[in-house]
Amino acid sequence: MTISPEEILETIEMIEQESLDVRTVTMGISLLDCSHPDVKVVGERVIAKIERLAGKLRETAKGIEMDYGIPIVNTRVSITPISQVVAGGHKDDFIYIATCLDEAAKRVGVNFIGGFSSLVQKGFTTQDIALIEAIPEALAITERVCSSVNIASTRAGINMDAVKKMGQVIKEAARLTADKDGLGCAKLVVFANAVDDNPFMAGAFHGVGEPECVVNVGVSGPGVIRAAVKEAKGKDLGEIAEIIKKVGFKITRMGELVGREISRRLNVEFGILDVSLAPTPAIGDSVAEILEAMGIERVGAPGSTAALALLNDAMKKGGAFASSYVGGLSGAFIPVSEDQGMIRAAREGVLFIEKLEAMTAVCSVGLDMVAIPGDTSAETISAIIADEAAIGVINNKTTAVRIIPVPGKKVGDMVHFGGLLGEAPIIPVSRLSSKEFIDRGGRIPAPIQGMKN
Amino acid sequence: MSESRVVVTVIGPDRVGIVADVAGLLAKQNVNILDINQKVMGGDIFAMTMLTDITKAAIDFGDLKKLLEEKGKELRLKIHAQHEEIFKYMHRI
Repeated sequence: MTISPEEILETIEMIEQESLDVRTVTMGISLLDCSHPDVKVVGERVIAKIERLAGKLRETAKGIEMDYGIPIVNTRVSITPISQVVAGGHKDDFIYIATCLDEAAKRVGVNFIGGFSSLVQKGFTTQDIALIEAIPEALAITERVCSSVNIASTRAGINMDAVKKMGQVIKEAARLTADKDGLGCAKLVVFANAVDDNPFMAGAFHGVGEPECVVNVGVSGPGVIRAAVKEAKGKDLGEIAEIIKKVGFKITRMGELVGREISRRLNVEFGILDVSLAPTPAIGDSVAEILEAMGIERVGAPGSTAALALLNDAMKKGGAFASSYVGGLSGAFIPVSEDQGMIRAAREGVLFIEKLEAMTAVCSVGLDMVAIPGDTSAETISAIIADEAAIGVINNKTTAVRIIPVPGKKVGDMVHFGGLLGEAPIIPVSRLSSKEFIDRGGRIPAPIQGMKN
Repeated sequence: MSESRVVVTVIGPDRVGIVADVAGLLAKQNVNILDINQKVMGGDIFAMTMLTDITKAAIDFGDLKKLLEEKGKELRLKIHAQHEEIFKYMHRI
């Protein structure tokens, strides 16, 4: 046999004991040709196109899961930012389209559809404004629709008017889903430097430079990395980086195989492999616990940022070698409610938003699934968004905010979102005011880092 | 790619006759065993990997997988059947 029994058993152990899986197979679909002055026609075209292209996505993924014995946890669809498809400038048109997207997602059996989105880093079009105003209601009345708004980029700077607006939108989304602990906010991401080919929800959309239809794959395996780091007792951090790199390579290869195979079977172009470590609420499938396995008592302790930087970089190096097309977000995620180690640290009162913010400077994305007191002001949320955007813009990386001001809840209360979205204790937010700063609005100019030509 | 080569893995508490049981099932379905490797780890955990060819098998891969899983339940072992590519992709460049 060309493969040794030890290698076979290693693979099986990764899948069975350490929760290795392909987190998502996401089909990106361009909806640019669905535009029409009548929103009802747009809706019909959108549903028809998604059904035509993604109708066999789930079934094909299930077939690959069976053939290779690799769990494929989610199949999803991402679409052209919808503000570029709906011609009218009416909020109600966008709410209607959100219901059509929800219907399309149900028909093709995907659990999320991403792209109820707008790119406003430099300013708003009429459609952008209508879409943003529609977000809270759209997220309240639909089940599977995910929304994202890009409010900043290294090339454009930070649109502070959009930052201000998104603070209000998040508050309103929480209010309209108050009976579900503000669940609407869990489906809404505010980005800086958003990427066009991200397969992960809630922030996925199909960028304008993307082809007609494409398949992107997101792998995951915090549990596998954690097990490997745990075994490496007494080794120095250079050796730990080497171990992570090797495991990262293996994890990515599995995703590469799945991506190529699904693209072949569906006859759709293979876009990118997103080399990310995405935790789940499952025991052991935690990014925080990798840091703890390195010797940090609890995530949030001094050293957490350095440990995360090491992890993120080593994972990327292993992944870059393993796949021909690495893209998307590619890095470690630190969503609080979806990671047992994060939840534990937040519960014990040792993980704060300020430390999370620092950690987002060295890993993928940003403040993710953070539950905060319901009485946090819109301006404070905007200011948190501005801080994250600044980190992204200056460091030339993607950052994001997915934050939930849970109506009626206070610091220490628990909120339960269920499923992959998990549960989280409410963590404190500074009571100091940033209102005057946010009310100024305007645009923070693009930084010198953006002038690369 | 070759879709006919399937790796069958058997893991569980050791006892007499596991190889015979699993090989018997495969033979009955006309699955050819190309390579086999078996050992007992830590004194009592049985682990076996088999490379098989299902080109001439009497049933398709999905049904074979189900049969093996049922056999696994009966023998209180974990039996997996996966196309060989997954291991090649992960462990070979």
